[in-house]
Amino acid sequence: MTEKTEYEITIGIETHVQLKTKTKLFSEVDNDARGKEPNSCVSPIDYALPGMLPRLNGEAVKIAVRAGTAMNCKINPRSRFDRKHYFYPDSPKGYQITQFYSPIIGAGFITLPSGKKVRIEHAHLEGDAGKLSHFDDYSLVDLNRVDTPLIEIVSMPDIKSAAEARDYCKELWRIMTYADVTEGDLYNGNMRFDVNISLAPKGSKTLGTRAEIKNLNSFRSIERAVEYEYSRQKKLLDAGEKVIQETRGWSDATGKTTSQRSKEEAQDYRYMPEPDLPPLNLSEDFVKTEAKKCPALPADYREQFKTSVPAETLEVILDYPELARRLAEVESAASSGNAVEYTANLFASVLLAEENQSLLNDNLPSAAQLKELSEMKSKNELSSTAAKEVFLKLFETKHVNKSARELAKELNLIQENDSAALEKIVDKVLENPATKSAQADFKAGKEKVLGFLVGQVMKESRGKANPSAVQEILRKKLA
Amino acid sequence: MKIADKNTSAVSLVEKSLKRIEETKEYNIFTFIDNARALEKAKKIDEKIKRGEPVGRLAGVPFALKSNFLSKDRPANASAKILTDFPSPLNSTCAELLENEDAICVGCVNLDAFAHGSSTENSFFGPTLNSKDKSRVAGGSSGGSAVAVALDCVEFATGTDTGGSIRQPASFNGVYGIKPTYGATSRYGVVAMASSLDVIGFFAKTPSDLDLLMEICAKRDEKDLTSLPDFYAESPETFPKKKIGIIKDFMESEKLDPEIKSALEEKVASLKKKGFEIIELEMPTLKYALAAYYIIQPAEVASNLSRYDGIRYAFRSKNSKDLDSLFKNTRGEGFMPENKRRIMIGNFVLSSGFYDAYFLKAAKARTLIIREFNAAFEKVDCILSPTSPNPAFKLGEKVSDPVSMYLEDVMSVPVNLAGLPALAFPLGKSKSGLDLGAQLIGPRRSDKQLINLVKELN
Repeated sequence: MTEKTEYEITIGIETHVQLKTKTKLFSEVDNDARGKEPNSCVSPIDYALPGMLPRLNGEAVKIAVRAGTAMNCKINPRSRFDRKHYFYPDSPKGYQITQFYSPIIGAGFITLPSGKKVRIEHAHLEGDAGKLSHFDDYSLVDLNRVDTPLIEIVSMPDIKSAAEARDYCKELWRIMTYADVTEGDLYNGNMRFDVNISLAPKGSKTLGTRAEIKNLNSFRSIERAVEYEYSRQKKLLDAGEKVIQETRGWSDATGKTTSQRSKEEAQDYRYMPEPDLPPLNLSEDFVKTEAKKCPALPADYREQFKTSVPAETLEVILDYPELARRLAEVESAASSGNAVEYTANLFASVLLAEENQSLLNDNLPSAAQLKELSEMKSKNELSSTAAKEVFLKLFETKHVNKSARELAKELNLIQENDSAALEKIVDKVLENPATKSAQADFKAGKEKVLGFLVGQVMKESRGKANPSAVQEILRKKLA
Repeated sequence: MKIADKNTSAVSLVEKSLKRIEETKEYNIFTFIDNARALEKAKKIDEKIKRGEPVGRLAGVPFALKSNFLSKDRPANASAKILTDFPSPLNSTCAELLENEDAICVGCVNLDAFAHGSSTENSFFGPTLNSKDKSRVAGGSSGGSAVAVALDCVEFATGTDTGGSIRQPASFNGVYGIKPTYGATSRYGVVAMASSLDVIGFFAKTPSDLDLLMEICAKRDEKDLTSLPDFYAESPETFPKKKIGIIKDFMESEKLDPEIKSALEEKVASLKKKGFEIIELEMPTLKYALAAYYIIQPAEVASNLSRYDGIRYAFRSKNSKDLDSLFKNTRGEGFMPENKRRIMIGNFVLSSGFYDAYFLKAAKARTLIIREFNAAFEKVDCILSPTSPNPAFKLGEKVSDPVSMYLEDVMSVPVNLAGLPALAFPLGKSKSGLDLGAQLIGPRRSDKQLINLVKELN
C-alpha cells in the first residue's frame, strides 16, 4: 500500500474591473450603455475608422490611481500603452490597447476579513472588447462595450483554498465599489475573474502546472469552480497523469470546467508599444491628490466598528457601502455606542432580511433619524416591534423630512411609560367585571393569566403602554 | 500661388485647374475629381469677395488631397482595393484647416496602396507617370501629389512621409516638398501607415507657399496626442551658425547617381561663396537606418492594417463561408502584394521569440541614430543630402525586386526614424531632362528655418 499524496493548492487571480467613467477610455462617447440600442455608444475611434487616434480619458487615469491606492499599491510615475493583437469581430482595431510592458499600478496587497494578506503583482489600464451574439447561421456584433475602461488586477499566487479564492474576490469587489472605481454590478460583467489553479505535493518547492478558468462572475461560481478543479487535478495526479496548461470554462449548470484552449493553441498577441499614445507621466502631486480622494474602505470600517459592532453583523453590512457609510455617520452623530450597535442590527436583521431588501432601492433613513430612533428605543419610548415599524416606514419618500419622533407620534407608537398614567389604565382594567375571574385565578397562583391581563391593559392603552411596566404594576396591585 | 481676389475669381482658378486635370489624364494622377463641389465652393468665395467680406488665406486656391486623407463625402481609399466604396464620414484635421482657409479641393490623388512603395506602382488604380518622362515612375508613395503640382493641375497638394514619400517624388518631379518635424502637423484622419514615423506634409511650387501651408497646418491638435505644442509661428527665421553639414557616406556612396553628385557639389560651391561653412560629417550609425526602418515600419504597418477585416466598412469579400474565410478572403483579395509583404514581415518581427531580436534591436538602433543626429546638430545648422540615390527610374524596373525598391529609401528614412524636418528642393535637371533633387535636414522644430534657407539658396 502506497501512502496517498497530499496536495497543496495554489491560486492566483486576474480580475477585470470596468471603471465607472462618463466616457470611454479613448473617445468621448457615453460609457454607460445600459438599456441602450446596440452600437449606439460607439465613436469612429471605437469602431476603428481609418485615421482615428486614441485620446486617453483623464478620468480613467484618476480612477486607476484611486484603485491602486485602495490596494496599497505603488503608482508608477511613468507607464506606457501597448497593442495586443488578435483578429475577432469584437476587436475593431484588430488589437486591444493595454499596458503590457509598463503598467500604471505596481505591487501592493489587500487584506481579507480573516486578516490574511494577498499580494497584488500589478494592475494595468486597458480597453474592453465588444460583444457577439451567435445565432444559427449568423452572428451579430455590438460594439457598445468596446474600449470601456478596465483595470486588470493581477494577484500573486498567495491564495490557498476555494473559500479563500471566494473571499479574495469578494473583498476586491468590496474595495473597488467602496473606492468608487466601479458600479460593481457582477451580473452585468462589471467585474470578471480569471482564476489560475495548480496543485503540487505538500511541501514541494515548485508549483504544479496550472489551468486557468476564465470569465467567472459570481463568488459562488468561483468557489465551486476551484473545488471542482482541485478534485479534477487531484484525480489526474493520483492516476500519475499530467495536468495540461490550458484555458478552461466553467458551467454553473453542470458544475464542471471544460477545456477551451491549450497552450499550444494559444495565440501570439505580438505585443508592440502603442505609437499613438505618448508615455503616461504622473506627477507626485497628482498621485497624492487622487489618492486622498479615496473614500473609507471595508478595512477602515472594520477598524472603526471593532468594539461597537459584532464582526458577523458588520460583514453582512459591509456588502453595502451606503450602509457602512451611514453607520459611520450615526457613530459621529450619536453620543453613545448603543446607537451604532442598534442601527447595525436594524440594517443586518431587518433591512437585509429577504422580505425587506427591496427597500435598498428607496430612501435610506438619515443618520439623525437613525440616531433618534435608537435613542427612543433605548429609553423604552418605542417597543422593539414599534421601532422596527418606524424604521421601515422611514424609507418611504413621504417621510423623508420627518424626525423619527414625529413619525412615531404620527403612527401612534410611542409607549406610555408614565407610571401614574399606566396605573390609571390598570385600575380601569381591574375594575372591569370581565377581568375579575382572571384576577382571582392569578391570586390563586395561575401565573399564565398575567398575560391575558397585560393584553387587556395594552388594548385599553391602544398598544402604547410599555408591557413590562404594565406587568410590574399588575403584580404589585394583585399581590 | 495665386489667391482669388477682386481681379482673379476663384471660379477661374478652379476652372483652370479642372481643365489641366483633364489635359493630363494620361498621367493617371487623380483617383477622384470633385468638379461640382469645387465650382460651387469657388462661386461662394467669389460672392464673398464681391460683398467685401473677409476670405481665408488660401481663398480659391485649388489643391489636391493624397487619397489617404479623410475628407467628408470624398473617397479615402488610400489607392487600396480594401478601402474602395468608402466615402469618408468626417474630415482629417489637415483637410479641415485647409478648407477653413477657403482652399478648394479639386480631387484626390494616387499613391502606392496604403503608401507602401517608392514609385506609386503599387496602386490599385495603376501607376502615376513621371511629369518629365512618361516611361518613368512618379516616385512614391505620394506620386500623384508630386505630379499634380509639377503639371500645374493644382497649386499645392498634401502628402504623407513615412520614409521619404514626400521628398523622393518631389525630387523626381522638380517641386518642393516638406516633411515636417514629427508631430508638427496632426495625423488625425489620415490613414495610418507606421504611426511613429508618419508625418503629414505638402508639395508646392515655391518655398514661400510651403511656409504659408505650414503656418496654417502646423498646429497642436487635441485629437492627436502625439502632436506637438504650437511652435511654427514663433520659430526663429534663420539658423544661427551658417554651418551646413554633408554626410560623407552619402556623398561618396557608389550608388549615388553622378549627375546628382555633381549637382550637389555645385550647390556646395555656391553655398561656400555665399559665406556658409561646409562641414563633412561622419555618421557611421546611419548605415543601420534602412534595416531598422524595415523592421519598425512593417511592424507598425501590420498592426495598423489589422482593422481592415471586412466586418464594419468598405470592402468585404463575397466568397466567405465563415468568419475565418471572411477575414482571409477579404484581406487576401483587398491588399496589394506589397501590403501583404509588409504585414508578413511586421508580424514576424513582433512574434513571440523574435520581438527582442528584431523589433527591440531596431528600436535601440533608432535611439542611436537620434543621438548621432543630435551630435551632428551641435556642429552644424542643418544637413544637405541627396533625397534619393537616383533620379526617376523606369516603370517596372524595380517592381519585382522589393529590396532594390527599399534601397530607394536609404537616404530618406533616417530623417523619419529621428522625427526630423526635411525639405526636398529641385537641383536642376539631368542631361536627359529628368528632375534632380536634394534635401535639407534640420533639427526638430527647425521647419521654418529650413524653408527660409532654401529660399536663400535659390
